Amino acid sequence: MNIPSDLLYSKEHEWAKIEGDIATIGITDFAQGSLGDITFVELPKVGAKVEQFANVGVIESVKTVSDLYTPLGGEIVEVNSAIDADPAALNNDPYGAGWLIKIKLAEPAQAKALLDAAAYTGIAHD
Amino acid sequence: MSQLSADRPAPALIFETGAPGRATEYVERSRPHGEFLPPELLRSDLPLPDNSELDVVRHFTQLSHRTFGIDLGFYPLGSCTMKYNPRVNDAIANLPGFRDLHPYAPDELAQGSLAVMYELERSLSSIFGMAAFSLNPSAGAHAELAALLVAKKYFKDRGESKRTKVIVPDTAHGTNPASAAMCGFKVISLPSDARGRVSVEEIEKVLGDDTAVCMMTNPNTLGLFEDRIAEIAAAVHRVGGLMYYDGANANAIMGNVRPGDMGFDLMHLNTHKTFTIPHGGGGAGHGPLGVAAHLVDYLPTPVVRAIPDGKPDVRRAPSDGMRFELDFDRPKSIGPMRSFWSNFAHAVRALSYLYANGAEGLTSVSQLAVLNANYLRVGVSEFLTTPYPEICRHEFVASAQELKKETGVRALDIAKALLDRGFMAPTVYFPLIVPECLMMEPTETESKETLDLFIEALREIVETAKRDPQSVMAAPVKTVVGRIDETRAARQPDLRWRQSG
Amino acid sequence: MGAYTPHTPQEISQMLERIGVGSLEELLAVSPEIAPKAPLDVVPALPEYQIERRMKALAARNRADEYASFLGAGAYRHYAPPAIAALAMRGEFLTAYTPYQAEVSQGYLQAIYEWQSYICLLTGMEIANASVYDGATALAEGSIMAINATGRARLLVSRAVDPRYRAVLHTYCGGLDIEIDEIAVGADGRTDGDSAIAAIEAKKYAAVIVQSPNFFGVIDEIDARIRAAIETSGTVPIAVISEAISLGALRPPAEWGAQIVVGEAQSFGVALAYGGPYVGFIASTAEHMRRIPGRLVGRSVDNRGGEAYTLTLQAREQHIRREKASSNICTNQAHCALIATIYLALVGASGLRDVAGLNLERSRELATAVTSVPGVSLRFEAPFFNEIVVRVGNAAEVLAGLQQRGVLAGVDLGRFYPEYADSILMAATELTTTGEIAKLTAALREVVHVAALR
Repeated sequence: MNIPSDLLYSKEHEWAKIEGDIATIGITDFAQGSLGDITFVELPKVGAKVEQFANVGVIESVKTVSDLYTPLGGEIVEVNSAIDADPAALNNDPYGAGWLIKIKLAEPAQAKALLDAAAYTGIAHD
Repeated sequence: MSQLSADRPAPALIFETGAPGRATEYVERSRPHGEFLPPELLRSDLPLPDNSELDVVRHFTQLSHRTFGIDLGFYPLGSCTMKYNPRVNDAIANLPGFRDLHPYAPDELAQGSLAVMYELERSLSSIFGMAAFSLNPSAGAHAELAALLVAKKYFKDRGESKRTKVIVPDTAHGTNPASAAMCGFKVISLPSDARGRVSVEEIEKVLGDDTAVCMMTNPNTLGLFEDRIAEIAAAVHRVGGLMYYDGANANAIMGNVRPGDMGFDLMHLNTHKTFTIPHGGGGAGHGPLGVAAHLVDYLPTPVVRAIPDGKPDVRRAPSDGMRFELDFDRPKSIGPMRSFWSNFAHAVRALSYLYANGAEGLTSVSQLAVLNANYLRVGVSEFLTTPYPEICRHEFVASAQELKKETGVRALDIAKALLDRGFMAPTVYFPLIVPECLMMEPTETESKETLDLFIEALREIVETAKRDPQSVMAAPVKTVVGRIDETRAARQPDLRWRQSG
Repeated sequence: MGAYTPHTPQEISQMLERIGVGSLEELLAVSPEIAPKAPLDVVPALPEYQIERRMKALAARNRADEYASFLGAGAYRHYAPPAIAALAMRGEFLTAYTPYQAEVSQGYLQAIYEWQSYICLLTGMEIANASVYDGATALAEGSIMAINATGRARLLVSRAVDPRYRAVLHTYCGGLDIEIDEIAVGADGRTDGDSAIAAIEAKKYAAVIVQSPNFFGVIDEIDARIRAAIETSGTVPIAVISEAISLGALRPPAEWGAQIVVGEAQSFGVALAYGGPYVGFIASTAEHMRRIPGRLVGRSVDNRGGEAYTLTLQAREQHIRREKASSNICTNQAHCALIATIYLALVGASGLRDVAGLNLERSRELATAVTSVPGVSLRFEAPFFNEIVVRVGNAAEVLAGLQQRGVLAGVDLGRFYPEYADSILMAATELTTTGEIAKLTAALREVVHVAALR
């Protein structure tokens, strides 16, 4: 299972990559594996302000549906609109083409509540 | 099974056959629409195919050959009560006097239909211990929604709008939480105890003055009788909440125990399960909603009312000599749930089934449904895990978890292998609390021979799984199509025919 | 013994022994505190031939077939070729469950795919669902789609939409705290454009709902001015079709701006049956695909490389999403949708065009005949499909008089619109005969005359 060491993680199996005051957010390799073939993603609107760990969207796979929680709070500045046409990217490349939202961070200190790769490895199993 | 086998190709889509002008003429030619309406209101093009009657008859007959129904074989679908659908009921529903009656026919010209509705309503009220039923809702989920709207209005009238929580056990049908959400209630999910039942201690933890309704089915979806139901109902009533009975499993209780006596205030019945209405490929259903006396005024409109006619309204089932009307003037009602009064043709079928049984027959129906389920459970437990090894009601669950660990074969594979052997699959992966769940409900209309054949087929699949798991995972192979690429279906939805080129 | 149970006493004993229980009563034992206290009061058990006799006697108490009928108002008497029943009543279709096991349900799935396609072709929409309970619930569910799409909690509904559909909408909205405003009806019987525009400009609505032909039979498209206001406000235009035969003649709602089309397909071969079961449909533009409630059938491929049908996009539905589902719908009206599909397959484009044309023709015959009676006039001037609003004086009184003369002339509009208590809603279809129209006209001559004398 792929758990890149340069990312931060939530217990809900999302990852965040912080560059300056912008965080890119997606779901982990473990998450995509447990969901199975992802067919649809519902993402928030650009401009929406979201709290840390808030429910910001929905991920549908063939047989199940899962809420998307944002690991960090702030303002949505970009969503991955290519996912609509190619939801398989979430399965194939969860840390790259499968990214979901970019957030302008409200409070960078929130990152302290997230896990590093080593700590996340401990919970990424059934 | 031969007619469902792979040796015949699918008929082409109806849109890809025929030729303009080939349709059989059922009415005379009309004058051009332009003689009656200005051209800007008219369609320029009507892109539907013209097929001859023979071609249409062949098309749908061939489609029927690619469809499995109860008439073809055993249908042990848990929680769906796939019992025999007696033909006499259809014949009666199709009597012209019933079939051709317009819903706006004046009451005095619709006395026969009103009598049907009245007799059914009275009988249901007695069978299930409710004060009255509304025949208005179209299906079980529709009646659940109506029931929660009744509860919401009832609490509003009592000044108790703070009651916002609906308690739903984790074994509940998915419609329960979905219906609650449609009424703006917050759903509290309740874990089952080790015996697979709602725990009185757990429910007391979540009860309070914000409790609106507790939705339960009894027996529950594990097929187990909630033997502490009276205590649960008392606890819910103590905090001022209402008890709702999901009647999906009512085939297990007729003449044996009544929701009203168990403490339920509202309930629905799926007549398309318990009362032999044909499922018709997923509808039309019929979901009468029953309520206790304090909620009668809130029932959806209209209700059938006996006109006293000088005589006292005896409120008994046989309707001879009585007159009826549709009552729309009910100020506390939640209002209508659907366009017209009821899925009336289904009310006819349900009443006809009641006449075939009477009170004693219904009691026997439930007893034999439970007998069949337990016989099947004992047989299946010889080769599959039954997580709750005790007397069940109308259905039970088995788990393929052990088999999966041993062989890789899952519940889904067993389901597909059954299709190759001429049986419908059980309900799989429900209830959610049992891993690799197979939920089986044989119903009372199946013979011991059929149950024996099914047990042996299942045994043979499990044995094959241990010897040659790949062959089970490859199933079905004898059906007209193999397993379908559902990922592709969902990622690239193709939901309609389009003219190519 | 219960009806249709195959058990012999010996088998019951054998089975009980295998289970390890002494009796059926022991198998279903419940504690005395909840056991029934009295015998059930149920209709008596009868042998099958007597059931038939009993039910035939009840059917004979329905006397409406002895009357010339002009009843419509959301349920229509049309010709249904007997081939429909012969096919639809086949046991494979009748006794199938929802097609979860697609491999043994290909026939039904294909039929529903064909139904979805027919509804798209007729309405001009991109997608259609596998059906819902009926027209009124289709409207309620379609409105919830618009509420979810816009995040707004207010609806604007024309008063020319079937009053029972509006009542059901109120019932549903009672659960969700949705507010409903209404648009007035203009003097010509159409939704009043100026009030519509004023309302749309004043408040943020999730949807604007109109019906065409509307409850009065009048063709009631959303006109270009209203469309402009709708577009500016980001409101979803919803079209209601309750007389589906009209789609054989009138231009599809997509062409006059609808994004969601909901309706009733009873007219396509489904029996009147005193109000049900009927079959509702919901169709929409592609952007609303994920919000459409109920089942959807899709075409895909199987593991042998061939074409195959399956239920799809199920993650939207209640059995997976539970309280987060967009709707609680579990059943659809598959069997009625099958009937409608067979109807459309049989009549084809030519037949549907002719049936629609005959409805236009007969309803104009009706209008000409009734307005030849002194004191009788058409209330509305706008073009109509197959229903007319006929002003007669006191509608309730006139209807009673006509009924005495063997005619069910229609629905008393005062029942739903106090301001139209002088009018009757009358329908004519391809089945309406010249003789029936003559009978109505003659009766009207007597009754309206009598009413005037009072």
